[in-house]
Amino acid sequence: MIVDELERKLRPPEMPMVPYPPKLITLASGEKMVVREVRREETGVLLETIFPLIGVPDDFYDIVAVRMYSEVLGWYRYRVANEFVFVGAIDGEIAGIVTSRCVDEKIGISLHTLTVKRGLRVGAQLFAAKMEHHLEFLDQQEVWIVAESPIGFRRWMIEYGLENAEDRYPEIHHELGGVPTYILTKEIYNRVRNEKVTGVRPVPPEVLSTADELRPPEEYPQIPGYKRSKQKGKAS
Amino acid sequence: MRKVAIVGIGHTVFGNLSKFDLVDIMSYASTNALDDAGIRKERKIIDQVFAANVGACLLNGQTGVASSMASRIDLEPAMAESIENGPASGASALKCGVMAIASGMADVVMVTGGEVMRSVTGWEGTDFVARMLHPEAEYDYGLTLPAFGGMFTRLYMERYGLTEEELAMVAVKDHENGSKNPYAHVPYTCTLEGIHCSPNADIINNVIAEPLRLYGMCPVSDGGASLILCAMDSPKMKYFKNKPPIRVSGIGSATDTHCVHHRKDPLELKAVALSAERAYKMAGLGPQDISFAELHDAFVILELAISEEVGFFKRGKARESVVKGETRIDGKLPINTSGGLKAKGHPIGATGVSQVFELVKQLRGEAEEGRQVKNPKHGLAVNFGGFGNNVVATICSKE
Repeated sequence: MIVDELERKLRPPEMPMVPYPPKLITLASGEKMVVREVRREETGVLLETIFPLIGVPDDFYDIVAVRMYSEVLGWYRYRVANEFVFVGAIDGEIAGIVTSRCVDEKIGISLHTLTVKRGLRVGAQLFAAKMEHHLEFLDQQEVWIVAESPIGFRRWMIEYGLENAEDRYPEIHHELGGVPTYILTKEIYNRVRNEKVTGVRPVPPEVLSTADELRPPEEYPQIPGYKRSKQKGKAS
Repeated sequence: MRKVAIVGIGHTVFGNLSKFDLVDIMSYASTNALDDAGIRKERKIIDQVFAANVGACLLNGQTGVASSMASRIDLEPAMAESIENGPASGASALKCGVMAIASGMADVVMVTGGEVMRSVTGWEGTDFVARMLHPEAEYDYGLTLPAFGGMFTRLYMERYGLTEEELAMVAVKDHENGSKNPYAHVPYTCTLEGIHCSPNADIINNVIAEPLRLYGMCPVSDGGASLILCAMDSPKMKYFKNKPPIRVSGIGSATDTHCVHHRKDPLELKAVALSAERAYKMAGLGPQDISFAELHDAFVILELAISEEVGFFKRGKARESVVKGETRIDGKLPINTSGGLKAKGHPIGATGVSQVFELVKQLRGEAEEGRQVKNPKHGLAVNFGGFGNNVVATICSKE
């Protein structure tokens, strides 16, 4: 893509970010989930994965999916600054996606966590992975977090014991619609890290290669009866 | 005493049903049972309804569940009462149904259990369940049921040498069965590697109440289950030609001290042993006659402890049966073929009814592929209330 002068003006300034080293998590089912950063050319398969969930109101999948769709697209089209996208893949099939971004060198903003494969703590582990990236690899001081579903509130605000920053508005404000902002400080992270963050590095090459080519899920537990192969040819 | 048959069964999926109304859930299970019995049109032959529920008032702001349900599914003018007996409410309601028929007060009885617990947070749900403990000696000190489960497990481990790996094997077996049960709350398999051996297992299967981990505990569930009973000597039996009747051959209950610390040995679950003894006596059977069992594994340790108290294994030896695979579907004494509370879920008021639903399903030979016990004759269910202070044991038999 030729980046002309106008396009250059439309793009946000980017700060350099170290890459996130992939890791391997063995789920309760015994399945091996590779957690890694997504490459820009994989945007299509991510959008394919997210799209069907836009129509699922249960557990706020609709709002999370529609916002994440725009975040991934925004990242692909260079319309969001300092964003990164991780995926959890089991044998190449996408089990979950997370999005996040850096405001500056010290502050991160957690965007969304979307779990496709449920009941195995996929979402909890992907969320933990993005916190690991912010606070360990990018060495930031804190991450601002909001929850848009009760599940998110329980998982992050309660289980991590996040600092409530509601009374520091507008000094501290997450960019998602004015929802009360909570903070994962480095101190809190260090306190809970050993209970929340896991994964084996380096990922054995034969396992890492299974996540080389990502596939959207064939079925969604959130959409009973859905089969991707049956959707082909249908107008979406 | 009149013989009592189960002639219809119904069930909802277990899981997070908090967007539905409690009475709707119970009505759904009940209607399912009416259809199974083939009496939807003739439903007015039901003389009596017993509705088992624990938390309607506290969690759903509702009272009078039995009368509400009877009306919603058009069973008036049937007699209707709600039964609350903690986590043993479901089997207690069944016991009331059996007694109503045995006494001659009713010929056809509907027993439905239901609970909606996911309408509150997990903390509030845990607090609600903890209110069955002694208010001053236990609850006020912050004791919860998971805490009791943890302490019981620790003591059992110390005395009998049970390991965390063996406990994990119980969960693996239960989830294997639950993964084939269409009603299960957590219909996923888990592996020993995933929940015990892998480098991630400590976090994936985190400690909840030491030494009990996530996969050592049942989920908090919503759901309903229903049974229709009929006196076998009643002319109304003519309505039930669809399915083979399954007899309630034995039912017994017993209580133990409210405070666990008043027991001489906290590992002895006397109410379990006594309720099973009463059920065996009524059925004219012994533990050696039981083909399979549904045991109240709110914590996986209870599957082991209850299986010992009802006489399947010597005390401290149940763990060996798990290691040998004897309690798997294809073992010599399958336990928790439904997935148990561990994988199927535990909507408190529905659990006891759901356990008997599973006995009937197995005895009819209707369980799903991969979890049907071979030629079962008698099934035992143990519904465990409080921390073993009120227990109901039920034996169902093929006629």
